[in-house]
Amino acid sequence: MSPAPDRRAALPGAASGASAGPALELRGVSFAYESGSILGGIDLRVAAGEFALLVGANGSGKTTLLRVAIGLLAPAAGEARLFGLPAGDLGARARLGYVPQRAAISPRVPATVLEVVAAGRAHSPYGFFRRADRAAAERALGRVGLARLSGRRIGELSGGQQQRVLIARALASDPALLVLDEPTAGVDRASQERFAEVLGALNRDGVTVFMVAHDLGAVAGSLTRVLALHQGHIDEVPVAEARERVGVFLEDHSG
Amino acid sequence: MSALSLLWPALVAGMLVGAAAPAIGTFVVQKRLSLVGDGLGHIAFAGVAIGLWLGISPLAGALAVAALGGVGIDALRRRNPEEADMVLALFFYGSIATAVVVASLSGTFNVNLFGFLFGQVLTVTPAEMAAIGALALVILAGVAGLYRGLVAAAIDEEAAAVGGLPVRALNVGLMVLAGLTIAVGMQVVGILLVAAMMVIPVGVARNLVRSFRSTLVAASAVGAASAVAGIGIAWRADSAPSGTIVLVAVAAYALASGVRRARGALARRRAGEAA
Ligand SMILES: Nc1ncnc2c1ncn2[C@@H]1O[C@H](COP(=O)(O)OP(=O)(O)O)[C@@H](O)[C@H]1O
Ligand SMILES: [Mg+2]
Repeated sequence: MSPAPDRRAALPGAASGASAGPALELRGVSFAYESGSILGGIDLRVAAGEFALLVGANGSGKTTLLRVAIGLLAPAAGEARLFGLPAGDLGARARLGYVPQRAAISPRVPATVLEVVAAGRAHSPYGFFRRADRAAAERALGRVGLARLSGRRIGELSGGQQQRVLIARALASDPALLVLDEPTAGVDRASQERFAEVLGALNRDGVTVFMVAHDLGAVAGSLTRVLALHQGHIDEVPVAEARERVGVFLEDHSG
Repeated sequence: MSALSLLWPALVAGMLVGAAAPAIGTFVVQKRLSLVGDGLGHIAFAGVAIGLWLGISPLAGALAVAALGGVGIDALRRRNPEEADMVLALFFYGSIATAVVVASLSGTFNVNLFGFLFGQVLTVTPAEMAAIGALALVILAGVAGLYRGLVAAAIDEEAAAVGGLPVRALNVGLMVLAGLTIAVGMQVVGILLVAAMMVIPVGVARNLVRSFRSTLVAASAVGAASAVAGIGIAWRADSAPSGTIVLVAVAAYALASGVRRARGALARRRAGEAA
């Protein structure tokens, strides 16, 4: 898929998806903000190669769960692991692509779209960006349909375009695990469908996907697991049953 | 010719500091830490006073104190983010107070200290120039060596951390480099104005170019050019070089924002014609 030798190939077992443990794991994770408890002792394993969707009402704690899972928030109890390593481990994180719910890039940053995407490949701080980084960033921008805008300042893009840039940044990092938080909220329907195809293709190539969304939407066909977060606990929803409810989900949200 | 033979150490030192300060400034400004440059200047002032008091090199005193100060500020800011501006204020004013007390105790409230406040580039000796040049090269090498990490963290710190970068260590590294920059720059433009050389050329560059890389390169070029032009003008006009250098940079900023506006107006008119 990618002609440039990527770092997954350099990590033993990563390209095949095999590794020391599940791609993503929560062991008895609890989390509370000052305002109250959000996660109540969650156990979750997402094995390498899966395509898991996390659904749940607004405010149910999906974003919080993701941020704990990738080590951005420390759990009050329990433990989050990536590839069998603690979620804060830099080596584990280097194999992770993350698309946050909202762009966290200041509009004042004097960086081009291409630079923002290439920054996703900075797994080590040393040296300059190279031609291979540039090529991977351009390829990723093509996949989200933004190749034209690669030379623009990031702050000149619309919110929906910036969201696609963040998706491209995660893709450009050659991840073994993609964690996405409502990546296509605010993105037009055509882009959503194209993106669902990209995700499906990556997953078939062995990339594990863990994604938060309101509904099954365009990715329904690729899913191997559906998880519902409700009152701090996770329920497994049989995928076939979830697919039957696609229409219902979509009707609720097509506006 | 004779002017050049007298001025060359000043010109070389000015050019190197002029290039190094905005290279660090490009990252510092991005982190909304513009004030940190200024604050590190305050801290360096205490280092100079302590250096003069102990009879060691004031540059060494400033280097040590500013680098430690940079690390200290970063650690305290992280431990208590809500109190960040109070932490900065304590560091800065505490440092000035220390400088004043130490200077009065040691009787160095004299021309020496004022030289560091306002810069003394015209009296830079070839030996001092070599020290300044070496440190400026260390700063530029630090930026080049950590370019991927510094850029990724400047664009989006959280994403950089998720991507596996040691963001905290990078921040500490940046603060140490900023401390070095201040200590070196104070020889040329003085403690009061050294932060200006970290910030203003970046503002100039941001108005003219799009990418981070071009911003960094253009800011360094503007900084170096301002230093050379400022020293030249100061020599002719017999004005203070530090202030003259910074005024040249301010003029460049006015010019650059004019250029940006003109470009914007032109683009809008073209778009109007095309429609
Ligand atoms: N930084 C925060 N501090 C306090 N409360 C928060 C914070 N972030 C989110 N919350 C609260 O935690 C709950 C879960 O939020 P979140 O994880 O964003 O839910 P979701 O992503 O499912 O919409 C919400 O009630 C929200 O208001
Ligand atoms: Mg959310």
